[in-house]
Amino acid sequence: MAAKKAGAKSRNPELIRGIGKYSRSKMYHKRGIWAIKAKHGGSLPRHEPKAAPPKPAAKPPKFYPADDVKTPIPNHRKPKPTKLRPSITPGTVLILLAGRFMGKRVVFLKQLPSGLLLVTGPFKINGVPLRRVNQAYVIGTSTKIDISGVDVEKFDDKYFTKEKKKKTKKSENEFFDARIEETKALPQEKKDDQKAVDTQLIKAIELVPDLKAYLGARFSLRAGMKPHELVF
Amino acid sequence: MVKGRQGERVRLYVRGTILGYKRSKSNQYENTSLIQIEGLNTKEEVAWYCGKRMAYIYKAKTKSDGTRYRCIWGKVTRPHGNSGVVRAKFKSNLPPKSMGGKVRVFMYPSNI
Repeated sequence: MAAKKAGAKSRNPELIRGIGKYSRSKMYHKRGIWAIKAKHGGSLPRHEPKAAPPKPAAKPPKFYPADDVKTPIPNHRKPKPTKLRPSITPGTVLILLAGRFMGKRVVFLKQLPSGLLLVTGPFKINGVPLRRVNQAYVIGTSTKIDISGVDVEKFDDKYFTKEKKKKTKKSENEFFDARIEETKALPQEKKDDQKAVDTQLIKAIELVPDLKAYLGARFSLRAGMKPHELVF
Repeated sequence: MVKGRQGERVRLYVRGTILGYKRSKSNQYENTSLIQIEGLNTKEEVAWYCGKRMAYIYKAKTKSDGTRYRCIWGKVTRPHGNSGVVRAKFKSNLPPKSMGGKVRVFMYPSNI
């Protein structure tokens, strides 16, 4: 069939899935094939097939497998990032529920292509650096901060991957040296990135009264608090 | 848990009591345990907790992985009855000595 134009709608309304209202002959009339044929002297206009680029002469393969080899069906699936909960929008304050920073209140920046959430303390306020966090381990509060001044375009999942360790042959002495080297300091570039993001955020945070203290404090359940009744 | 952490202890779990196994009068089914979560009194309130992970934490004499504390993970599966008791399945069945013991019901996977 010839390629459909974008926005071309079917003139055959569906009665039930797979069954249209009009028969083949009715549709022939509706689509005006009779008029196109009349315009072009009795037959549908045909286009010359595009000259295909000349294929290189294929050598006969030197090995034919004894049994038929099944080719796997190609997988065209493109995974999408997880659906963001409606309560989580850029600039929302989130509560981390697990991990090293559990209980900390943290600012959500954006969702990365892997689906994880990019989050920052800001570092000066509560010690949480730029970090990735899974949506399931987070509570979205109703507190929002304006992060329009922050540029988060450059952060993606590759930024957070660990450096691959180079394999070196180790002798007794070298082994001990290598252990010491393994604790690497954060590269200055990452510290600068952190500062760049945080300075903008802190300005926005200081505008709201008490927000800085709020972000510095950790969330905890107390006696009598029932999470299913709390409004976050 | 015990990580040698200094500083604030924050409780991000709800306490629960292990009541026993799912059972009828004379038969018990140890693959499902019954848990009483603090503060839950009706079947409707349990809906928030369904699917939440829980941990039964206990101490052992020998150290494994650097600590004497051990843990069995599980999750809240469904309400049990009308009064807020909850059914839970654990990775391995809870030991009978855990009856009457405490369980931590965490707030993740979160849906708020």
